[in-house]
Amino acid sequence: MKNPYLPLLMRLVKNFVETEDKLIHTFTLEFLNEEDEKSFQYLPGQFAEVSVFDVGEAPFGIASSPTEPGHLKFSVAKVGVVTTALHQLPEGTILGVRGPLGNSYPIEEFKGKNLVVIGGGFAFTTLRSLVTYILHPQHRGDFGKLTVIYGARNPGLLLYKDELAEWEKRPDIELVTTIDHPVEGWNGRVGFVPAVTKEVAPSAENAYVVVCGPPIMIKFTLPVLEELGFPPERIIMSLENRMKCGIGMCGRCNVGNKYVCKDGPVFTRAQLNQLPNEY
Amino acid sequence: MLLLNKDQVTNWLNKLMQTCQVFAPVKEGDYFCFKQISSCDQVILNYNNTRVPPKEVLFPRSEKLFCYRCENDGVQLTEQIDESKKIIIGLRPCDAKSLLLLDNVFSSDKYQDPYYLTRRNNTVLVGLGCNQPAGTCFCTSLGGSPFSTEGLDLLLVDIGDQYVVEVLTERGRALLSGMELPAADQEAQEAARMVKEGASLSSQVNLEGLKSRLDVNFYDPIWDLIHEKCLGCAACTYTCPTCHCFDIVDEAAGNEGCRIRNWDACMFPLFTLHGSGHNPRPTGKERFRQRVMHKFKYFVDNFNAIACVGCGRCIINCPVNLDIREVLAEIQGSEVRSDNQ
Repeated sequence: MKNPYLPLLMRLVKNFVETEDKLIHTFTLEFLNEEDEKSFQYLPGQFAEVSVFDVGEAPFGIASSPTEPGHLKFSVAKVGVVTTALHQLPEGTILGVRGPLGNSYPIEEFKGKNLVVIGGGFAFTTLRSLVTYILHPQHRGDFGKLTVIYGARNPGLLLYKDELAEWEKRPDIELVTTIDHPVEGWNGRVGFVPAVTKEVAPSAENAYVVVCGPPIMIKFTLPVLEELGFPPERIIMSLENRMKCGIGMCGRCNVGNKYVCKDGPVFTRAQLNQLPNEY
Repeated sequence: MLLLNKDQVTNWLNKLMQTCQVFAPVKEGDYFCFKQISSCDQVILNYNNTRVPPKEVLFPRSEKLFCYRCENDGVQLTEQIDESKKIIIGLRPCDAKSLLLLDNVFSSDKYQDPYYLTRRNNTVLVGLGCNQPAGTCFCTSLGGSPFSTEGLDLLLVDIGDQYVVEVLTERGRALLSGMELPAADQEAQEAARMVKEGASLSSQVNLEGLKSRLDVNFYDPIWDLIHEKCLGCAACTYTCPTCHCFDIVDEAAGNEGCRIRNWDACMFPLFTLHGSGHNPRPTGKERFRQRVMHKFKYFVDNFNAIACVGCGRCIINCPVNLDIREVLAEIQGSEVRSDNQ
């Protein structure tokens, strides 16, 4: 019987300060054992439970893409006990990782479709995984037009700035970045994500949209998507709830009869419409 | 059916203790509980029911998942799986049924919980029928009965100086090997039948239509009222034979430590509190609703069974006399309305 509570061991090889407020760090972890890496087959949208031994475990979306072998990346905000401990760790520390957990973005359904990716704040982690996966030369041809709308309060709070700059140069992705208030030297848009989405007006024709962000952004973006003609079955969202086991047993992350850890974290808006509003 | 004299029980248990851990009801303070016994003197089989259900033999309130030791260039992990053979003697049929329900939780298509399942596979269950169900018992409303054999390996029926032993599985039969028990004669069988007929339950719960009501009443104002009395102490969940929520924590000492899981409860605000401060179940109302919904709707949606066996522990142990039978009746009696958010 495989023990789903035993973590794989990984080495923290990079503890990178991602945002100018220093509250988000991106952690790059390498597998200690080759066979662990082989067993860790994941898709964009999945998450893992990361352990800091002596402190505990917490679930994080996987920010790296399966097309980037050899390591995993997690971008983590400093909010609680485990995340605070993580932020202070020296490179070289051995961590535990359980996963991959949860379902993923419905990559197979996305194939042959146009894709609109909308992110806000630091909820761009598994979206980075998704975009990186699609942009990989082996995959890019499987998908249609890729539009990414990404907003943060100010430029310093955008994640993955170097990669955004590279995406900007590519012809096979339309990247729209936006900040809340004008800042000198900023070339992107200014305005909240819902308004910018309305301006960009991506076509709903033969398209899926993936939305991740703070609840307030989601709340005002959904009506815009509806106006644009995206049916609830093609609006993809990812939930977060407090978790412990990550495998549907410890009982805390449920929304109705669904466990976010096991049945999610990715749900369509149509699925969420059937569930109580308890997330 | 076999016949076991009560004065043979000591001999039998002593024999079983030589090869297995034997858990039996013992008295602790004013209450009964299941404990691993070292002597038959401790065992009390004319008890009503234990305060904490025997699920804790398989799913302890606190257990080590693994230990770790941080070394210069790595971390050593040591799994802590309990593979000892166990026997639970004298558990009530409702509690046996609860284990069948818990099996659904700890074994899914994708994940198996090796701690629970290893103990479960290594544990033989000897039930004890209920000659005198308590006033808080309502197992028959949930498909159980005071002498139900569901989930048991042996069932003992107390007929006075003897037990009629119903052998239900091969594992159960194996426990009796060497005892050379006689078959229950006509008289004993008749006595067992009388005992079973005499065991009546005074309390019933009407579950007809409850599920379809819960399917649509998540936003019903009734939840604002029903939870008011609840203190959120979680006595109901800690004494519930089907509750399975747990927390996972690290206990560290120097450069080593253990990862532990402890029972937890949906009645506590911290249970669902996000790191951000957001709480999807912020007040007693949402938490009480979760408890009722989980047992009588979500579990049914997921496993096609109600996660309640009618043992009545939550009624007995509630410090404010909040009675699940009354809660369900109130929901049943509330005005039917379709949901709107």
